[in-house]
Amino acid sequence: MTRGGSTMRLRALVRKEFLQILRDPSSIAIAFVMPIVLLLLFGYGVSLDAKNVPVALVIDQPSADTASFSSAFYATDYFKPITLRNMQHAEIALLAGEVDGIVHLRADFGRDLRHAGGAPVQVIVNGVNANTGRLVLGYVNGVWSTWLQHQAEMRGGTLDVPVQVEQRVWFNSELRSRNFLVPGLIAIIMTLIGALLTALVVAREWERGTFEALMVTPVSITELMLGKMIPYFVLGTGSMLLSVVMALYLFDVPLRGSFWVLWLGSSLFLLVALGMGMLISTVTKNQFLAAQVAIIVTFLPAFLLSGFIFEIASMPTVVQIITHIIPARYFVALLQTLFLAGDVWSVILPNALALLLMAIVFFVLVWRKSRKRLE
Amino acid sequence: MLYRIIALIRKEFLALFKDKKTRVVLVVPPLIQLLVFGYAATFDLNHVPFAVYNEDSSSASRELIAHFESSPNSQKTTDISDSREIQPLIDAREVMLVIHISPQFKRKLVLGEPAPVQVIVDGRNSNTASIVLNYTRSIVTDFNLQWAQQHGRASPPVYLQSRAWFNDNLQSRWFLVPGIVGLLTLLVTMLVTAMSVAREREQGTFDQLLVTPLRPIEILIGKAIPGFIIGLFEATLIILIAVFWFEIPLRGELLMLYSGVFLFLLSAIGVGLMISSLAATQQQALLGAFLFLVPAIILSGFATPIENMPDAVQTLTYINPLRYFMVVLRGVFLEGMPFELLMPQLWPMALIGVTCLFLAGWLFRHRMV
Repeated sequence: MTRGGSTMRLRALVRKEFLQILRDPSSIAIAFVMPIVLLLLFGYGVSLDAKNVPVALVIDQPSADTASFSSAFYATDYFKPITLRNMQHAEIALLAGEVDGIVHLRADFGRDLRHAGGAPVQVIVNGVNANTGRLVLGYVNGVWSTWLQHQAEMRGGTLDVPVQVEQRVWFNSELRSRNFLVPGLIAIIMTLIGALLTALVVAREWERGTFEALMVTPVSITELMLGKMIPYFVLGTGSMLLSVVMALYLFDVPLRGSFWVLWLGSSLFLLVALGMGMLISTVTKNQFLAAQVAIIVTFLPAFLLSGFIFEIASMPTVVQIITHIIPARYFVALLQTLFLAGDVWSVILPNALALLLMAIVFFVLVWRKSRKRLE
Repeated sequence: MLYRIIALIRKEFLALFKDKKTRVVLVVPPLIQLLVFGYAATFDLNHVPFAVYNEDSSSASRELIAHFESSPNSQKTTDISDSREIQPLIDAREVMLVIHISPQFKRKLVLGEPAPVQVIVDGRNSNTASIVLNYTRSIVTDFNLQWAQQHGRASPPVYLQSRAWFNDNLQSRWFLVPGIVGLLTLLVTMLVTAMSVAREREQGTFDQLLVTPLRPIEILIGKAIPGFIIGLFEATLIILIAVFWFEIPLRGELLMLYSGVFLFLLSAIGVGLMISSLAATQQQALLGAFLFLVPAIILSGFATPIENMPDAVQTLTYINPLRYFMVVLRGVFLEGMPFELLMPQLWPMALIGVTCLFLAGWLFRHRMV
């Protein structure tokens, strides 16, 4: 066996794998269509920022004061207010989901306004979606304090607020949710290609016995593994580049860190994902099982346990410990920092190191599992 | 006819459950997912780590900091004494929030001038950042009201009395766990049904089935019922855990909930069988199911509200059965929604289900090439 023979065999295996990918419409769909669909959905479709929230303004007794207060709601694009005459109508609208909140000005609003205690404004939000409910309460608060300030200025004074908050939001001053969703999505897309697609394809070879058939040829285990990994590594890198280009030029997400660090981090994560995919297929050797296991241990955790949407710091301690064995966790931290904050080495180094360790562990496991099969 | 269908159903169950690994995979992982995700999926912040940069060591500034420390949502990690320390702390994600009190704080406060407090928030996760800002504002508002009362300053002419209906403490778990019921039910049902026809096609036994006296409608029923039974079992198990383990209030009627589950299963099985009869191999069926599942979950309103989506995308969600089921689940669980408000969610699921089942049955015979 010469060195040349080994490269030739490897090239043949890689070629075979590429042909197989290109000829099966379903793997093309996962490798090319799915990333684009996901990017478009998350870039344009999904948003956590509530705008134009429908609220009902209930004014028991219209007056100049109530008109001034309610005009503040019409002036902001956070709300799409409708004016209703009584609470019954507003409650029905809230139940039917037509409005997300009710702002109720009672009959004696104008009178209480001028008394020492002040006038109460009743605010009710639909709490079913707690996150939206909380944002709406925050918006109402903002409208209220702007209105107070305005009123004070009109009377020629300043508002008597003891402490004033001056807020500064770093990295994402407009608080666009797209800026943190799109970078995190790269982790999901690479999990899809690296782990799910690889697991399915390799499991099919085990199921059909073609893997064993290949093992009796002069091809070595290492060559077989490389032959499987190289095409998917190339696919994964391609989809990463596509995601970065779409993020930067279509969705205007800033990339404040260096591209090469991003590329390096993505390659490390891709190796981990490929390792997981290979391990799953080697253990299950069955397409149905491989798909189930891949979705459950790679895809869903990448979605829910990685910090992609849900903050890890808010999870219970036990779940936080579990997130440490989820590779996507380290990659999402890398992505969000590289895109929005820059080359922060105190974040990059530990996360990259964790990914490197996981890659090594998975490959050692795959190598040992596949070798056993030969005995 | 009934006998033939029962025989087919029995065969389907045998095919699914003869393998021990498959039996385990259908029951154990969904339970683990429900438990882990039920705890993990939350938008609530309960440990916001923050740092304090206090340049005004007075009783007033300490009182304001005490307000932050006593809030159940935040947790002080460090005191810093130099503005250069702020950046590394936030960059490395050690703190989400830095509260900076300038040297003139107490003096301004006593003179009745507005005393500024600067807050710096890590905006990498925009949703977290807006929640942190909201918490901060409400803590400062509380402090202001208390200060105004204690020092005889005028209180604002208008104040807010806020309340959240159906979920007084605004716990996002109450919103997300009913959503997970829909998510997992869809996942299991789709995987079971999507494989059923494709497996037989790949192995060539589907052609044999077609030449038996079984009519396509009988094959369709025989293939649909096992998925239905598994889905119903799975949904019930998850609902029980949601109610008894996570203590999500079930305010509506079980009958309403199960009419939703029934129609949702119908539509999920319809989509699954349609994908299955389109696929030539198991792999295509699985990937096809996946191509449906991911957008269906994202566009269902599970984590991100449908109202925030652009109009074109909102229109697209109308063909997604999970969208309707999410409303039914949350409506019945949290709001105790009555039948007439649920109707607009129920019939679209029935329509999607019947249409897809019809198409699947048609494809049995017509996708022969």
